[in-house]
Amino acid sequence: MRTTQQENDPTLLVKPRTPLTTSIWQHHHILDLDDFTPGEIELVFHIADAMKEVLSRPIKKVPTLRGKTIVNLFYEPSTRTRLSFELAAKNLSADVVNLSTSVSSVTKGESLVDTLITLQALGANIVVMRHPLSGAPYIATKYIAASIVNAGDGWHAHPTQALLDLYTIHEHKGSLKGLKAVIIGDIRHSRVARSNVWGLTTMGAEVTLCCPLTLLPSGLDKQHHHFPEVSIEPDIELALDGADVVMVLRLQLERQQSGLLPSIREYIQLYQLNEPRLTKAKPNAVVLHPGPINEGVEISPAVAHGQQSVINEQVTNGVAVRMALLYMLAGSQKQ
Amino acid sequence: MSKKTIMTPEDIRRTLARIAHEIIERNKAIEHLILVGMHTRGVPLAKRLAANIEDFERLKIPVGTLDISLYRDDLASLNLQPIVKRTDIPISIDGKSIVLVDDVLYTGRSTRAAMDALIDLGRPQSIQLAVLVDRGHRELPIRADYVGKNMPSSRHEEIQVQLRETDGIDEVAIISIPVAEEGQ
Repeated sequence: MRTTQQENDPTLLVKPRTPLTTSIWQHHHILDLDDFTPGEIELVFHIADAMKEVLSRPIKKVPTLRGKTIVNLFYEPSTRTRLSFELAAKNLSADVVNLSTSVSSVTKGESLVDTLITLQALGANIVVMRHPLSGAPYIATKYIAASIVNAGDGWHAHPTQALLDLYTIHEHKGSLKGLKAVIIGDIRHSRVARSNVWGLTTMGAEVTLCCPLTLLPSGLDKQHHHFPEVSIEPDIELALDGADVVMVLRLQLERQQSGLLPSIREYIQLYQLNEPRLTKAKPNAVVLHPGPINEGVEISPAVAHGQQSVINEQVTNGVAVRMALLYMLAGSQKQ
Repeated sequence: MSKKTIMTPEDIRRTLARIAHEIIERNKAIEHLILVGMHTRGVPLAKRLAANIEDFERLKIPVGTLDISLYRDDLASLNLQPIVKRTDIPISIDGKSIVLVDDVLYTGRSTRAAMDALIDLGRPQSIQLAVLVDRGHRELPIRADYVGKNMPSSRHEEIQVQLRETDGIDEVAIISIPVAEEGQ
């Protein structure tokens, strides 16, 4: 350890410290955040910072992934996630192929496994995959040597969205440790919420889930040790009290036919994040939303476009974080 | 393994003073100069050179930092991805004279990567190169404009540069690794 005298020496421009190294990175695939260490998440933040600088340049392109092929394999519609991955890959000079299942042989009945084997034979290095079935990317890893990135699987996980949310919070708050985070909305159907709970708790934040009890997933009670500890507070004003981070989820209107909610109007009355409710949170609390927004449903337009909203930053940060992840995965293929 | 000191803190101080004078002498339009330090140890060296130039000429020279990880030609063969650090050049480099600063010049590949990185950022008037140690063994047609010390070395040897800001001490040493270990 260095002495205090040296630390106070004004000629020291850079404080010597243990260098961060990429040797702590253990992932060949990115499937969920439940197997990420705090060190790995910090590494992603660090490299995303450097990638953000690349995005600020007039020429937003670096030659790092020249000659690598990245396939976007999407079995579900997506605008921002697919675009974000495509831009991230292109900014790193990778070759990007988009495979949308509505125009591919999947419509002729080609199975996921057949598609993956084909992608393998065509030399894909990284496959970014979205699938309506929870767990599909895990199965994919058994059939392909390429790295799999889960871009959303069913209700299960959306790790890159969670990492960009964590990075955005980290940018505003400096650290996630001890922050009070509230996630409001349809937790049951939300892969974003699930991955964020893993990420937030790994980084030392306290998480409160706020929703009607019918929209809470099963398995949150103490007997289930495979989920991190969270608080549950169905009253939005109590949940927001003293919050540093407010994460609003999209009410998945297409999944509300099964009678879990009496009506959308009641949901708006009880759970919409509006300006009066937001005053319960800390004055410098940040508001996140993974998009697309149902304005006037889960969030009022005034909050979505207000001072505390970081929703647009989430989109920009998404590209930087995905560039960092693709960069790290390209390294994992050497072993 | 044997270690021999080739530059003491005093040698490093004098050398950087001399290089600062050479930079001033060779760049008549010193107001168009930017010093760009290459991560990691080029950064403190660039800051020290800028402080010297400010001392001698009463003129503050902008200092930037450059990370070349994303421009390396050996990413595929490295075992570990290098940590990407932030490139931070405070002003536009268009039309400016840039002095790239690095600790050791060896194969020239880092300099090649740095030039590519700079040209992605704009169109400088010129790029010069200042290094603390030139150890030879160039693999590309690159030479330094300002050299602290020429240190002919064998490929089996390692040149270790340590600086106060990054390592706590100022020292340049040459470390010989026994050839037997290298042989396998």
